[in-house]
Amino acid sequence: MTSETTLAPGQRDDAPVTTSKSVHSDRALLAEAITINRPAQELYAFWRDPANLAPIMENIQAIEKLDDRRSRWTVKAPAGREVTWDSVITEDVPGEAITWQSAPDADVANSGRIEFREVAGRGTVVRATIAYDPPAGALGQLIAKLFQREPRIQTRRDLKRFKQLMETGEVATAARTRKQLEEEQA
Amino acid sequence: MRALTWHGKHDVRVDTVDDPEIINPRDAIIKITATAICGSDLHLYDGYIPTMQAGDILGHEFMGEVVETGPKSTLRKGQKVVVPFTISCGSCYHCGKHQYSACDNGNPADNQDIGRELYGQPMSGLFGYSHMTGGYAGGQAEYVRVPFSDVGPIVVPDHIEDEKVLFLSDILPTGWMAAENAQIEPGDTVAVWGCGPVGLFAVQSAFLMGAERVIAIDHFPHRLELARKFGAEAINFEETKTYEALMEMTGGIGPDAVIDAVGLEAHGFFVDNVIDQIKASMFLGTDRTHSIRQAILACRKGGRVSMPAVYGGFVDKFPLGAFMEKGLTLKTGQTHVQHYMPGLLNAIVEEKIDTTFLISHRMALEDAPKGYKMFHDNQNEVTKVVLKPDFAIAAE
Repeated sequence: MTSETTLAPGQRDDAPVTTSKSVHSDRALLAEAITINRPAQELYAFWRDPANLAPIMENIQAIEKLDDRRSRWTVKAPAGREVTWDSVITEDVPGEAITWQSAPDADVANSGRIEFREVAGRGTVVRATIAYDPPAGALGQLIAKLFQREPRIQTRRDLKRFKQLMETGEVATAARTRKQLEEEQA
Repeated sequence: MRALTWHGKHDVRVDTVDDPEIINPRDAIIKITATAICGSDLHLYDGYIPTMQAGDILGHEFMGEVVETGPKSTLRKGQKVVVPFTISCGSCYHCGKHQYSACDNGNPADNQDIGRELYGQPMSGLFGYSHMTGGYAGGQAEYVRVPFSDVGPIVVPDHIEDEKVLFLSDILPTGWMAAENAQIEPGDTVAVWGCGPVGLFAVQSAFLMGAERVIAIDHFPHRLELARKFGAEAINFEETKTYEALMEMTGGIGPDAVIDAVGLEAHGFFVDNVIDQIKASMFLGTDRTHSIRQAILACRKGGRVSMPAVYGGFVDKFPLGAFMEKGLTLKTGQTHVQHYMPGLLNAIVEEKIDTTFLISHRMALEDAPKGYKMFHDNQNEVTKVVLKPDFAIAAE
């Protein structure tokens, strides 16, 4: 990362804006970074295929590929319900970054960006930035439950599972039997 | 299978539970031939470690025979292996640097939150030591599932008795790393607080690393006697003023390196309210950290402090001033077991290190609850309990 010799007007330091103490917005904004001991191109390629992502994401039930840039995301909801939205890749820089946005009719308008930056001797720094509008009303409450725990924790855990899979070829589990594993994943 | 399970304070039972299965490609299933009760297991037994759940299988010192392997395991059925207590992937940055206990991936993602809260970054998973360290079933059982079996377990020659190599799983590498962290130079005098298994192995290791003198400090006469057998000079802190004795024995200089092998004796995490609870219920708040404080004060100027003893939270009255003014160096950490296993196996084969002296009791797995009670009630004579699934059950 390079820094300017002088800070831009209104900029107080070199820290990411997502860590600011004073930015308040109706939009929830969060970012998480993780270092994965694999080449950027390999990590990018994995993330570029939506079919790969459901197994590492706790709340996502299924991700269906619609075309090269569009995919349909289905999330488990209480009382056997499901919430679905379409996600569209809006920017694709091979080996470096993917940006996506939900289609206009999504129940939870959300957007995100994942960046891959190689660091000598340590693999690749993966930074995910996610923004979403917390929905209002009864449906909103239902959807808020989908995000269960704090979205930041969820994102961090998803990235950890991504790291485990890419570095070790498997996602760590303490399950002793296959039955226990199924119960954990249910 | 049969397994020693935790049900609450001073309540461990041998239950019948489902056999473990291969879950991930790098897994192996080990049939246990020998497993030990660790001093840190007593903290689970005493109910001090949070995030335990009824039915959890204990045990992090174990060895046995490979009976099943996942497609990515490098082990073969029939091999005799000793398993390290740290669950490390071998592929992350930290494993690459042989900092195995700092492995990024050994702990399941959902269990890493608490380590981040307490320590800033989560550590590796551990066998049989609460859900904060992963919730993995331990090895005080007939069988155990071992993740990352291509990295952790060390294959040992069939002809070596279990008892000679069992302690490669934890306490021998921990004692060795304690001595290594003391950065011993030829001619040094090293003082070791605590003559439990780790302290006793640190005494042996310090001599092997060139220490001229080792001074062992404890209050259990039997344990001090074991230290003396390895050539250490003993200080019984109930009979003797430790600081004054150390000063006189070192010509007023102080030991060149000091090793605190007392601490909380636990491998796990202590959250602060638990520490407070211990302090409140046992009035041990100051005693428990007394050893590291005394070690720092006794250490010579510019000397080294090694701390294999486990501390989980915050510590009162840490002599930061003495530490800074005297220019001391502190090295510590959970043991990077996988790093030390091959060298120590050689030392055992070449008979440079003896480990069997430690074993005071051998019992059947079925008798494990008795073993816990005995170890808990009499730490002078009970130095180590080894459990064997095929050992004859003691008559009532």
